[in-house]
Amino acid sequence: MHLDFGAVLTPQYAHWILWGAATSAALFLSSWVLAFASAAVLVAIGSAPFRGARWAVAGFVAYHRNIPMLVQIFVWYFAVPQLLPEPLTRWVNSHNSEFIFAMIALFLNAAAYMSEDMRSGLRALPPAQMEAGRALGLSYLQTMRDVLLPQAVRAALPALVNQSLSLFKATSLAMAVGVAEMTYTSRQVENETYRTFETFAIASLFYVTLSFAIMALGAWADRRNLRAAGH
Amino acid sequence: MIVFDKVEKWYGSFHALKDVCETVAAGEVVVVCGPSGSGKSTLIRTVNRLEPIQGGRIAIDGRDIHGPSIDVNELRSHIGFVFQQFNLFPHLSVARNVMLAPMRVHRMPEKAAREAALALLDKVGLAHKADEFPPRLSGGQQQRVAIARALAMKPPVMLFDEPTSALDPELVGEVLTVMKQLAAEGMTMVCVTHEMGFAREVADRVIFMDAGAVLERAKPEDFFLRPQHPRATKFVSDIRHA
Ligand SMILES: Nc1ncnc2c1ncn2[C@@H]1O[C@H](COP(=O)(O)OP(=O)(O)O)[C@@H](O)[C@H]1O
Ligand SMILES: [Mg+2]
Repeated sequence: MHLDFGAVLTPQYAHWILWGAATSAALFLSSWVLAFASAAVLVAIGSAPFRGARWAVAGFVAYHRNIPMLVQIFVWYFAVPQLLPEPLTRWVNSHNSEFIFAMIALFLNAAAYMSEDMRSGLRALPPAQMEAGRALGLSYLQTMRDVLLPQAVRAALPALVNQSLSLFKATSLAMAVGVAEMTYTSRQVENETYRTFETFAIASLFYVTLSFAIMALGAWADRRNLRAAGH
Repeated sequence: MIVFDKVEKWYGSFHALKDVCETVAAGEVVVVCGPSGSGKSTLIRTVNRLEPIQGGRIAIDGRDIHGPSIDVNELRSHIGFVFQQFNLFPHLSVARNVMLAPMRVHRMPEKAAREAALALLDKVGLAHKADEFPPRLSGGQQQRVAIARALAMKPPVMLFDEPTSALDPELVGEVLTVMKQLAAEGMTMVCVTHEMGFAREVADRVIFMDAGAVLERAKPEDFFLRPQHPRATKFVSDIRHA
């Protein structure tokens, strides 16, 4: 087979590919930040001594774990707008609605998984940590935020890195609702050039590189934690 | 300052505190002792509401602390508590352990909180460990940090739950020294401990508990030399020969 990367890296196609890469990265970063923060909130609510709160969190997690990611994206993109009031729908549609709804679906899904990982991290902590915080006069939420969650996140770090990788790869599903992310723009370039192998080689290189970056960040955070713990 | 009035505590069907009536005056140092399982921890944990009570009343400066109008976080911020197992926050530096509550509860600015923390760490002889992490410290050092952490809220009362029981014998002295210094400064203290030397040197009173009830209260020298109740006699003889 004869490879010709020049054919897919003309100024126009290179621009498409870079645009796709930037969109994928933006989709990942925004949904990751929201997912991480929401997961922490979910854990704090789900561990509170109120049965109703625990059930609500358990239901949220069950929904997101048992329904395919693509269906969740479709629900947000096709079904939810029908429930919104007309002016809001018009506003969203004129503001990159594909990106926004895909991001919401992605972050909620990742939040469900991350909250489960943080919750196991939390369960591994000695109960006396909560008591020590409360005995100083900190509230339940303050103790959660400053004492328990940071330790739970550390304990759950390897699992959270895996969830981050899953989230990153799941951003490619946003192409199904027309978000011009990396998979979408690669497909477009492939359509125009018929250079299937070259196009998807470039896309793969992009995904592998960012995935390695995520793993390297995780390993760096892990080393920092170990140093702090005196190892 | 602290008044226990007919306090009753149940863990389910287990009667853990039976009709406890005690008064701790401001500036007093009271040592609580008794065999394992006698309810010593339970007793001091009711004072900052780590444990609820089912009968009677506990008043601090006249306020019924188990009453409905008490803000439990506010209450606890005025009561220092030191645990047997230190329970430092391992992910925070020593200084941050001490700074956390003043910054969150009193909204103290970071710089002021750090200065106050360094002063307290200096007081317990650990200013040079301020930026170290707790798992790197010895048990005795960790417990001294835990005392500094409790003192950071400037509590008028300190409660100690067997603060030296988890320590290797050679590390007990450094913690007791800090506690004696606090007592000398006039701190009101309730200490669950079997350290006879500490009790005889600084305690105003010893309370002996068994099976959830206070069986004896006496001056330390009287308690350790002439215990009255038969179970107190046995207890004193046991710890002498331990
Ligand atoms: N959370 C709990 N649930 C049930 N029983 C408890 C609980 N905490 C303590 N107890 C029981 O109450 C008794 C007194 O315990 P504790 O106050 O810890 O004793 P001490 O500190 O004197 O060793 C013990 O018999 C113990 O088993
Ligand atoms: Mg005890």
